[in-house]
Amino acid sequence: MKVKCSTIFLFLSPQVQSKLMKYLEAIGKYFIMIWEVFKKPTKWPIMRSLILKEIDDLIFGSMGIIIFISFFIGGVVTIQTALNLNNPFLPKSLIGFATRQSVILEFAPTFTSIIMAGKVGSYITSSIGTMRVTEQIDALEVMGVNSLNYLVFPKIIATMIYPFAVAVSMFVGILGGWVAAVFGGYAPSGEFIKGLQMDFDAFHVTYAFVKSIVFAFIIATVPSFYGYYMKGGALEVGKASTTSFVWTSVVIIICNYVLTQMLLG
Amino acid sequence: MIVVENVHKSFGEHHVLKGVSTIFDKGKTNLIIGQSGSGKTVFLKCLLGLFEPDEGQICYNGQYYSELSNAERRNLRQEMGMVFQGSALFDSMTVEGNVMFPLDMFTNQSKSEMQDRVDFVLKRVNLIDAHKKFPAEISGGMQKRVAIARAIVMNPKYLFCDEPNSGLDPKTAILIDNLIHEITQEYDITTVINTHDMNSVMEIGEKIIFLKNGYKEWEGTNKEIFKTDNQAVTDFVYSSELFKKVRQMYIEERN
Repeated sequence: MKVKCSTIFLFLSPQVQSKLMKYLEAIGKYFIMIWEVFKKPTKWPIMRSLILKEIDDLIFGSMGIIIFISFFIGGVVTIQTALNLNNPFLPKSLIGFATRQSVILEFAPTFTSIIMAGKVGSYITSSIGTMRVTEQIDALEVMGVNSLNYLVFPKIIATMIYPFAVAVSMFVGILGGWVAAVFGGYAPSGEFIKGLQMDFDAFHVTYAFVKSIVFAFIIATVPSFYGYYMKGGALEVGKASTTSFVWTSVVIIICNYVLTQMLLG
Repeated sequence: MIVVENVHKSFGEHHVLKGVSTIFDKGKTNLIIGQSGSGKTVFLKCLLGLFEPDEGQICYNGQYYSELSNAERRNLRQEMGMVFQGSALFDSMTVEGNVMFPLDMFTNQSKSEMQDRVDFVLKRVNLIDAHKKFPAEISGGMQKRVAIARAIVMNPKYLFCDEPNSGLDPKTAILIDNLIHEITQEYDITTVINTHDMNSVMEIGEKIIFLKNGYKEWEGTNKEIFKTDNQAVTDFVYSSELFKKVRQMYIEERN
């Protein structure tokens, strides 16, 4: 028997219906916002300087934390893999292989994106939210500036170089793994490097970069949405930052699943 | 000149503006007064084009806003200057950057031409040494003057101010009032100010509109406000003892 979605909707309690409607409204509003971002562009010389500033703030400003976390995550993955490979018939090169696969496929693109959702996302929400509270966005609109293009577009373009950060994360993560393996006595350097080169599939790197481009778009737009449409004062700016982090992470995790199924499944 | 014809605006069930009609003349300082919640801010936002009226029309020098295309609306907005209640200066830019922003965005002037214009307007609002300072480094009164400079840098035809002297000491508030009034006359601008400040009403109110519960309750000049018998206006304007005394003195003087 075929049951229409609208029929199921009618059976839900009014509270669930209203909550569902709220989510659907927010999703619709988000896509309208994306459409508005690309309309009526700001003059190129101004936009260029905004993009460069955002690259500096959002990407280069995050490199320190990305490098730090990637190095230690790589090390931890290596140690845990080594401790679980206690069968003497298994070659030590498997430690390098497992580290490479974990870092390239998941840790560098997804884990780093969750960290970026916290660091960069809350920065974006709070900076745009403060502009909303202090009427700076109204000032832009009154002047005839497309405030969404002016504020969000440079962030989207700046985060498009996020795969560069992910590439650095991959390198540093594997380096961390090598350091942990060699200096921790879990595997000799030659065996670890042999594992790194074992059955290498270049498409896995492409897959990681495709994911990181999608995640970068999410990191730039979802926090912007929460900042741009927030209402209230300073307290609400803080709340919007928290909500934005939660939803950015949720969307990243869902997209990660969908993309993995599409590209590797 | 701005002609407002029977403007209505609602938000859901809440009917905020209920058929407001008036004319704001060119070269005059027009004030909108009324209690909190009377619809002043919504009315000002309708005039700015940030809210579209549900009913009625707003006409700017013969152009009906509702009949304009999006491009024409953007062009009209570039003829408007706005001074926000909290100044709304861009935190990340210096005073000079804030004032130069509209020129940079909408004109093709060279850097030196823009710099000359910025220097001129900053001098006009008596800010000479603050070019390189950030908004957080200057006082509230100075921020208001920067906001006025930014609002007039494009030679607007219309200037809108939302409570321009709120949060300022009485002396600075008078300076700001006088500055807006002088600029209005000097550049022949249609100025509309949303205010609670009775000093502004008495000093610069060449035309005053009193809103009450979304209706236009009264309109007149700062001279006429002394003579009016409208109970709602007198209750609002002469709510303080000081103003009651001022009115009493005026009536005694007249008799």
